This record gives sequence, C-alpha cells and structure tokens, in this order.
Amino acid sequence: MTAEREHLRIGFIPLADAASLFVAVDKGFAAQEGLDVELVQEVSWSNVRDKLNIGMFDAAHLLAPIAVASSLGVGHVKTPIVAPYNLAMNGNAITISPTLHEAMQARLDGDALDPLATARALARVVADRKAAQAEPLTFGMTFPFSGHNYQLRYWMAAGGVDPDEDVRLVVLPPPYMVGSLAQGHVDGFCVGAPWNSVAVDLGVGHILHFSVELFSRCAEKSLAMRESFALEHPNVVAALLRALHRAARFIGEADPHEIAALLARPDRVGVGADVILRTLQGRLKIAPDGATRENARYLLLGQEGAERPDPTQAAWLYAQMARWGQAPVSTALLDAAKAVFRPDLFDAALPAAPRPGDAIGAFCGPKFDERDLDAYLAAFPIRRAP
Amino acid sequence: MKIVIVDESPVRAAILEDGLREAGFTNVERIAEMRSLLARIYAIDPDVILIDLENPSRDILEQMFQVSRAVRRPVAMFVDQSDAASIQASVDAGVSAYIVDGLKKERIKSILDLCVSRFNAFSRLQDELARAKSEIEERKTIDRAKGLLMKAKKLSEEDAYRLMRSTAMREKKKIFEIAQAIITASELFK
Repeated sequence: MTAEREHLRIGFIPLADAASLFVAVDKGFAAQEGLDVELVQEVSWSNVRDKLNIGMFDAAHLLAPIAVASSLGVGHVKTPIVAPYNLAMNGNAITISPTLHEAMQARLDGDALDPLATARALARVVADRKAAQAEPLTFGMTFPFSGHNYQLRYWMAAGGVDPDEDVRLVVLPPPYMVGSLAQGHVDGFCVGAPWNSVAVDLGVGHILHFSVELFSRCAEKSLAMRESFALEHPNVVAALLRALHRAARFIGEADPHEIAALLARPDRVGVGADVILRTLQGRLKIAPDGATRENARYLLLGQEGAERPDPTQAAWLYAQMARWGQAPVSTALLDAAKAVFRPDLFDAALPAAPRPGDAIGAFCGPKFDERDLDAYLAAFPIRRAP
Repeated sequence: MKIVIVDESPVRAAILEDGLREAGFTNVERIAEMRSLLARIYAIDPDVILIDLENPSRDILEQMFQVSRAVRRPVAMFVDQSDAASIQASVDAGVSAYIVDGLKKERIKSILDLCVSRFNAFSRLQDELARAKSEIEERKTIDRAKGLLMKAKKLSEEDAYRLMRSTAMREKKKIFEIAQAIITASELFK
C-alpha cells in the first residue's frame, strides 16, 4: 500500500497504556495499512531507549520524558527522537502501605481526596518520623525521567516535603513494586496500571490518588522513533499513526471486556483481565476493604484528543527536569524539548482527528507558562538550584 | 581499577570474570542479587559496571547515575556517544557498560571489546549446547522409527535405515523428518 517498508519492530513494556499498539496489531489495523508490525516485549526502559536509539527498534512505547531527555542528551547518549503520537495520557496512581495510610489519616486535616491536604499530612508524618529519629520514608517510581517521578515529587513538594532531602526516592521496575511494598522496602510508590490494583488486591496497599487528580492532562507514553527514521519513512509513519488512531477508536467503542481479555495475554501485559478492566473503565478498588473510586479520565487512550502530541506538554516535562536539577535551564533546551512532540506529523496523517486543549491542570502551584520558565520555576519554594 | 559485573547468569559472569583477569583486571566483583544492588555498588565503589542488557535492574542503575552526579560526576554509558559502532556491538552482544569515573576512553574501550567477545563466546556456547541437545533428540527419534519399521516390515536394522534414507532423498527431506512421519503414522494406526 502506501508504506515504503512493511516490516516494523516496535518495543514495549508490558503495561495497559500500550493498549493501542496491541489492538493495532491484534485487530489487524496495522496490516490493513500495509504494515507488518512485530511487537517486542522488553524488561526495562533503559533497554527500550537503547534499542530504539541504535536502530534495533523502528519505534517504541516510551515514557514521554525519556523521548525528551534522549533528544536533549540529558542522562544518556544524545539521540534525536520524535514523538508523533501520544499513546496515553494520565493513568498512574500513588499507592501507599497500610501503615503509612494509617499514619497519614491520623495527621490529615481536610479532605482525603484533596492532594494538597494529603501532601500536608505526609509532611506532618515526615516531621514526626524525623523527631522520633526514624528512618526516612522510601517511595518507588519507575525511572528518573518519568511522569511517576515528577508526579510524586510535585505532590510531595506541594505539602512541604523535599523529595531529595526528606524522603528517599528509588527506581524499581514496575513488576517489583508490589513485592517491595509488601516486604516493607518501600512505603509507597507511583506507577501505572495494573500494579496499583495488584497491591490493593493483595491487601498490601491503599491507592491514595490517581495521577489525574494531580494533573488533569499529563503526557504519559509516546510512540517514539528516531528523527532520522521519521524523515526517511514519512509514509510508514503516517500509516502507523492511522492504524493507532483506529485502534484507539476501537478501544473506545468495543466491549471493554474484549479489550481487557486481549491485554491480559501473556505476550502483552500478562495479568488478570479483571484488573485491566478496572483501569480501562477508570473504576479502581482503592482499599483492601473493597472501597472504589471512579474517574472516567483516569487513563486517556484516544479520548479528548489525547493522541495528538502537544509541545506544551513536552515543555512542561522539560520544566520538571529543570526544577529537579536533571537539566539546566535554557531557551535552547526548551525549544529542543518542544520540537520532540510533533503535531505536524500527526496532522499530516490524521487531519480530521480532534485537537486537545493544552492545559496541564496542576492541582496547585503556579500556572505553567513556557514563555517565562524562570518565573515559573522560581515560584516553587522547593526545587534544586539550577 | 575496580570492576563490577551485574549478571544473573553465573556461567556468563564467570566467563567474563576470567577474561577480565586474563587481561590484567584483577579487581573484579560480581553481584547476582538485585535486591541489595545499590547498596553493594555504593560499598564497592567501582570504576566500571558491566551489566547484562536484559537485566531489569538497568533502570535502577540509571537512577544511581542521576543521583550521584552531584557527588562524583559519573558519566558515560557504553563508551562514548560518538562511538556508534561500539554501542551497536555491545547491544548486539547483550552487554552494557557504565563508567563511573573519568576513565581514559582507550581503557574502557578495551574492557568493552573484551566483554563483547566474551558475551558472544557465551552465546555460541549456548547455541552449541542447544544443537547438541537437539542432535541427541533426533537420533532418538530416528532409532524409534527404525524399530517401528523393523517390526512392521520385518526388516533388518540396516535395511530399515536404508529405506528411511532413500525415502528422504526421494522426497527431499531430512531423515529425521521421515522418522517423525513414521512415528506419527504408527500412532494413528494404533
């Protein structure tokens, strides 16, 4: 058909937010566009990034901040990456151990649904532990350049907790999160589906917040590819984007039980379909006693124009890197970060797809303004020195 | 110079360790357990970390480099970002190197080259093992089919084998495939 090259190798991490990729292949949408897509399951984000960077993958399911970091040469070898499609927005949650949950409940002044109130409760618990000379609390997240890291940090800092001074933040591969919480190696974590629900089901965790309660729109996973690949294969890119768009629409319209069963396969996400179903429906069991919380925007796959990459989102991710000392502040880096998200490629492939609004929608703090990054960063009392 | 090997495969780690010692790198330690990974690495304080590419702990190491940058300025993964061929070779072989301190490029290059050849030697070893195993399986299948033919057609062992071989040549197949067909057919006729 229109593709210059039919066979594509695409790497992924077994997570529910890769759903559009799975559906595009398993329901034949990629094949209908003349693409023969081979999906390769990976064990770590480092591996996905490296194999993408050196050309062992043509494209990848990647943490959106890694696409930005790779292009800036922050934290690793610099490789220009483009993200012409957003596989998912939102979809993470913060889960804490029953012990920490109890301690925070006792120190909560306000509504447990209000992230600012819980962050302040955390700050009181942290202060109590400091006074008692107890070990600092430890939280897990999935990667230094990840929405999980930035969401956890933003939330803590809003309550007055310095994430680098007052607690320990550690990287854990998602499949190890629940075990680490159960064994007391961490007191809480921020991760994507299905791991929060798995912890609740096992009775070792309480879901404290959905990430959508902290930020109404947050680019989570990109379809990433090398810039050179996108330049050389525009028709393949467009064909792939159309296949993904059809998959995302299919997910929105099909029986969620069917999608959940497809994602549950061992070569896809490989966990129980019932757990995945909750994520797709945005109705999660949040406590071992069976209490549930619902948010239709918990995970946005194709809804509300979530597919179209928004450079303001990339700018926001770069601002978080700057806030926490991962990257220096400069206009050149800001521009380079924004250039990673490519709505132009998206529009060329899908001219009729809906356009999103560009709000980040943070639960507190200064309004994000990429035109004055210095003022935005200076408005946070807790941040790393540039 | 202190080198740490992070590998869950004891055989491969041993092959790597031997190679490094032969090359004169005597200060080599291996970490197999991932739970205490960071603590062990901080305690050993290595100059170079070599890790199996498929080890999920790679993401944990990446964080270590983020966190400790302020303290010791550790840099560089693989060799150097200009050295695409080395990166390609090490990823193909399944090894990733992290340089913790400001090592000379030539030195780390020789370590990484050695790792790549050792890792490749390891996968050749595994391929040979798998091949040897499948050869034994093939021989067993052929012997079984021979026995079935001898019984059904009252042939000598030599004639049974000859019959299979001539059939294989006529049908342009392997003797093993003919043997499999004989076994399948005999199961059906049971």
